[in-house]
Amino acid sequence: MLEQLNEIEKSALESLQSVTDESALEVWRVSHLGRSSPLMTVFAGLGKLSKEERPVVGSGANRVKVALESALEERVKVVKEAALAKSLEEESLDVTLPGRGIHVGRLHPSTQQLRKVMSILADMGFQVYTSREVETDEINFQLLNFPPNHPARDMQDTFFVEADGRGDNPILLRTHTSPGQIHAMREYAKLNPDNPPPIRIALPGMCFRNEQITARSEIQFNQVEGLVVGENITFADLKGTLADFARRMFGQGARVRFRASYFPFTEPSAEVDVECFVCGGKGCSVCKNSGWLEILGCGMVHPVVLQNGGYDPARYSGFAWGMGPERQLMLRYKIDDIRYFWGNDLRFLEQF
Amino acid sequence: MKIPISWLRDYIDLDGLSVEDIARKLTLAGLEVDEIKYAGLPMPEYKDGEKHEFKTSGIAWDKEKLVVAEIREVKEHPNADRLTLLDLFDGKENQTVLTGAPNIFHLKGTGKLAKPIKAAYAKEGTTLYDGHAEVLQLMTLKRTKIRGVESYSMVCSEMELGISEEHEGIILLDDDAPVGMPLADYMGDAVLDISVAPNMARNANVLGVARELAALTGRELRKRVDTETGRQVDTETSRQVNKETSKHEVRSTQSVTDLVEIEITNPELNPRFVAGLIRDIEIKPSPYHIQRRLRLAGMRPISNIVDATNYAMLDIGQPLHAFDYDVLKSRAGQKNVRLITRAAKDGEKLTTLDGKERELTSANVLVCDESGSLAMAGVMGGEESEVTDKTRTILLEGAAWNPMNIRKTAQQHNLPSEASFRFSRGVHPAMAEQGVQRGLQLMAEWSGGQIAPGLVDVYPLKPKDPVVTVTTKDVKRLLGIDLTAKQIAELLTRLEFKCTVDKDSVKAETPPHRLDIGEGAVGLADVLEEVARSYGFDRIPETRMADSLPPQLGNPQHEWEERARDILVTLGLQEIVSYRLTSPERESRLIAYDDYVALANPIAPERRVMRRSLLASLLESVEKNARAESIAMFEIGPVFEPVKNDVPKEPRKLAMAMTGLRTQTAWDVKDSATFDFYDMKGRLELLLSGLRLGGVSYTPADASTSYLHPGKSADVKVNGQTVGVFGELHPLVKEKYDFEESPVVVAEFDLDALRNVKPTYGVAPVSEFPPVFEDIAIIVDESVAAERVEGLIRQTGGKTVTRIRLFDVYRDEKIGVGKKSLAYSLTYQSEKTMTDAEAAAIRTKIVKRLEHEVGAKLRS
Ligand SMILES: [Zn+2]
Repeated sequence: MLEQLNEIEKSALESLQSVTDESALEVWRVSHLGRSSPLMTVFAGLGKLSKEERPVVGSGANRVKVALESALEERVKVVKEAALAKSLEEESLDVTLPGRGIHVGRLHPSTQQLRKVMSILADMGFQVYTSREVETDEINFQLLNFPPNHPARDMQDTFFVEADGRGDNPILLRTHTSPGQIHAMREYAKLNPDNPPPIRIALPGMCFRNEQITARSEIQFNQVEGLVVGENITFADLKGTLADFARRMFGQGARVRFRASYFPFTEPSAEVDVECFVCGGKGCSVCKNSGWLEILGCGMVHPVVLQNGGYDPARYSGFAWGMGPERQLMLRYKIDDIRYFWGNDLRFLEQF
Repeated sequence: MKIPISWLRDYIDLDGLSVEDIARKLTLAGLEVDEIKYAGLPMPEYKDGEKHEFKTSGIAWDKEKLVVAEIREVKEHPNADRLTLLDLFDGKENQTVLTGAPNIFHLKGTGKLAKPIKAAYAKEGTTLYDGHAEVLQLMTLKRTKIRGVESYSMVCSEMELGISEEHEGIILLDDDAPVGMPLADYMGDAVLDISVAPNMARNANVLGVARELAALTGRELRKRVDTETGRQVDTETSRQVNKETSKHEVRSTQSVTDLVEIEITNPELNPRFVAGLIRDIEIKPSPYHIQRRLRLAGMRPISNIVDATNYAMLDIGQPLHAFDYDVLKSRAGQKNVRLITRAAKDGEKLTTLDGKERELTSANVLVCDESGSLAMAGVMGGEESEVTDKTRTILLEGAAWNPMNIRKTAQQHNLPSEASFRFSRGVHPAMAEQGVQRGLQLMAEWSGGQIAPGLVDVYPLKPKDPVVTVTTKDVKRLLGIDLTAKQIAELLTRLEFKCTVDKDSVKAETPPHRLDIGEGAVGLADVLEEVARSYGFDRIPETRMADSLPPQLGNPQHEWEERARDILVTLGLQEIVSYRLTSPERESRLIAYDDYVALANPIAPERRVMRRSLLASLLESVEKNARAESIAMFEIGPVFEPVKNDVPKEPRKLAMAMTGLRTQTAWDVKDSATFDFYDMKGRLELLLSGLRLGGVSYTPADASTSYLHPGKSADVKVNGQTVGVFGELHPLVKEKYDFEESPVVVAEFDLDALRNVKPTYGVAPVSEFPPVFEDIAIIVDESVAAERVEGLIRQTGGKTVTRIRLFDVYRDEKIGVGKKSLAYSLTYQSEKTMTDAEAAAIRTKIVKRLEHEVGAKLRS
């Protein structure tokens, strides 16, 4: 009987060696450990054995059963590992196939740039002030110290609106965000007419110029203007504030220079150039080999404008500056055609 | 404005300053140098990686290779009729030079020249511009054979030297050019191209730029004409002129005041009129160095007399006009000439010297005599009295005109000119006399004429030269720098202000060449600007504001709109920005309006009104991108509602549009459904909940929204008020656009109404107890709105039903025609763990309520 058990064990272990997949393992288990397997037949026949034989054969059969079970367990592990290794090998992807896209929304590049500017200005304590896009000549020009027929109006070709009986005060599309200065000063001054409070605001918005639409000129464009009014504001403050702003905007290492310039609503006036951020000042096509990019115009608020806003120029002073987010984008991204901005071609917009 | 460096040197010593130094100083002081064009002077050499400062062009002249030479004989070329061989001396050696220059061709074969011709000679190996190339292109002279004759060098034209585009002949230098001198030393130059701001018009001339430079460098300004006496000041280049001028004056006898009278009818329009006379002139070309300067300055040399008026204008800024005196005299019947300045009569005509007959209006000012109009004052002369080759006597006008009037006239007749540019920005009347003096001197020098003694000078309206008081405190308060009164005075004196110092204040009298200084607070700002410029903007420190902080008002509208933009972007919509300008025709594809904010001066008919519909603009962009697989866009901005003869209302709108595939295709994802009504609705729900707006309801769209599909559109109401509308574009409207097949769903919101809805805050509690989920499907008539069923479930379930999600709408004959099945997934949640029995009880209640209210049947 014991020999028979040894024989069962031997042939079962032998056949286990050739089993390589999970279904064959099941077949092996049924035929060697199943109810009708030779080993189980031995267990079933134990009752027919003599008292002496029964424990010997019984323990022998148990030993074989444990041996076969643990061999099976081992084998299952081996087969599973082999199967996994095989499937890992077979399942590798072409990682160069493109990923699946999803529809995402984006802000218009002008909005993105406006936000960039405004978030820096917000850090610097400037609040947003917005005002209307269709204005009167009085607010767009006259109160900003542009008299009628002043040559400075040539710099701002204007769209006029059809209207009757307006005399010297026609309706027009604002040519700059500066009319907001008048609106804002008057609104702030109203808070306390005898002691108008200080002002620090940023004025973003769409402006219009009567020009032909070409790669270099557009009929509408955004502008952001800054305005400071207070009792202790100097030209040195203007320089410090705008240099700080320019370095936040274009990099802490950027060289900045102030050139004397002319705007009717500021005096002294200046234009601010920043070292070309495309070439680092070495000269390139973007800066026309000058190494500098003109980024904003600024100046001390003209006394006439302060007066018109309700602030006494003998007591208050201030400065203002303006810049164009589209121009900044064109320089930064080397966009050579301004018409892209309002063309709204998704192939352009999706690059931002 | 183009300023040659050589010309500046007439007024200021520039030794030790490079062209870039000069350009930098001027630029920072407000005379912005746009470009430096080199024509002979050494150019800066940038090492690799070195920082640039100015846009530069042009060439430097090699001192060894480019020299002044003299042509001694013009010989025939043995094998070519059109070429000549020059016998030339370059100061060291004789050379044979081949040329085809037409302007010396007539001397061919005339033997040794009695008076040798001075020329610009380029030796072998010189690099200069190729005179025969279409575009500016450098070339280097190489030894070669042309028609059997060896050629290695050349005599140059202006184009080859980078002076101008002249290539009609070689340069014929003035007779006193020293043979053998390097050309760069004789006439090497660089031109500063300066943009002149309106307040800098006084500097639109060489003297003005030199004055600025003198102020900025602290160097002396050498003036040609003394402001006080009007007499010529002896300088290097004018020494010759002076001697000759005095000689001419001595010979002349009759004073111009005996021959000419002037009457000014309106001093506001013509504050001053000065006239001088020169006779026995010979019209001929100006000296070469004058022609060269004029060309470098961007003007075409014409003749000595015309050149003298232009040269004087470029030199000191006073535009001049030369009349043929004999024409005036003959019009006056050989009696005294009497000039009158007056406003034109409406419809009066004048033929200007460009040959055009111009119809004038009373807004134009004329220079007339007793028989009629002669010239458009300050803008353009008349044809009849213009200088011709036969002119022998010149009456030279230097006048002051009203800037606004000149500006209007030049615009009205579309006649921009160097003169009107200057007059319309203001030329100080004091300059009129100096201008005439200068013009006469130049004419005498270049034409051999004799200047009649005296000037006719009518000066009825002297401008105030304001006196402004500026204190050290003003400088500190507005510029932020500490200067003593003496320092302030010193800075202003450099710009020719007359200053007196009294303790801490300076009284500054405006010099009589500028009109840009005001009085009072304005004058103070004007003068402080001059202090800052003269001091140097670069020397003013950068400080941080030390003022008290402003009130915090914020901008709730802007902040709210930015929030809406963020949500919309998160929902997958691309923001666009459209033109505000459109046309009624364009908008009428979507919706027709009767009245618009219309432009009086549009650039084109299709951009002649301000938009009324934001959605119409948006749809144009959708159309433009129609070939894209999927489009989802929005815009936020104003529309413009006209108000008669006043500024319009500018309500803020949001427009959205979606069309095309709902999801992106990929290499293994081929199909996607297209956007429809419910895609838009889902986004609107998220937008409104993101903006924290509760009480939102959707009802079939009002019939007045005619551009939407009547069955697939809805009004959006918040607390019963309509704030927007959305749906599928009406098929007939869609047809008018070049769209693809898939439906176009759109939405438009009144942002002002939406923003004024009070937001609801607060969040639903998140329970710790496990929820019970249950699905329930009911069959109802088609006419029962889903919203009603959901409302009933919510009402009946009360707080326990925390979520109701419609997950299926099903129609089939089996459930009956005209019926639909609505399947909901319900979430029950209680303050404790809920039992199945409790859940079943609520469910039974809900079903009963639905059976009772809307005739629902539970679907098994
Ligand atoms: Zn650059």
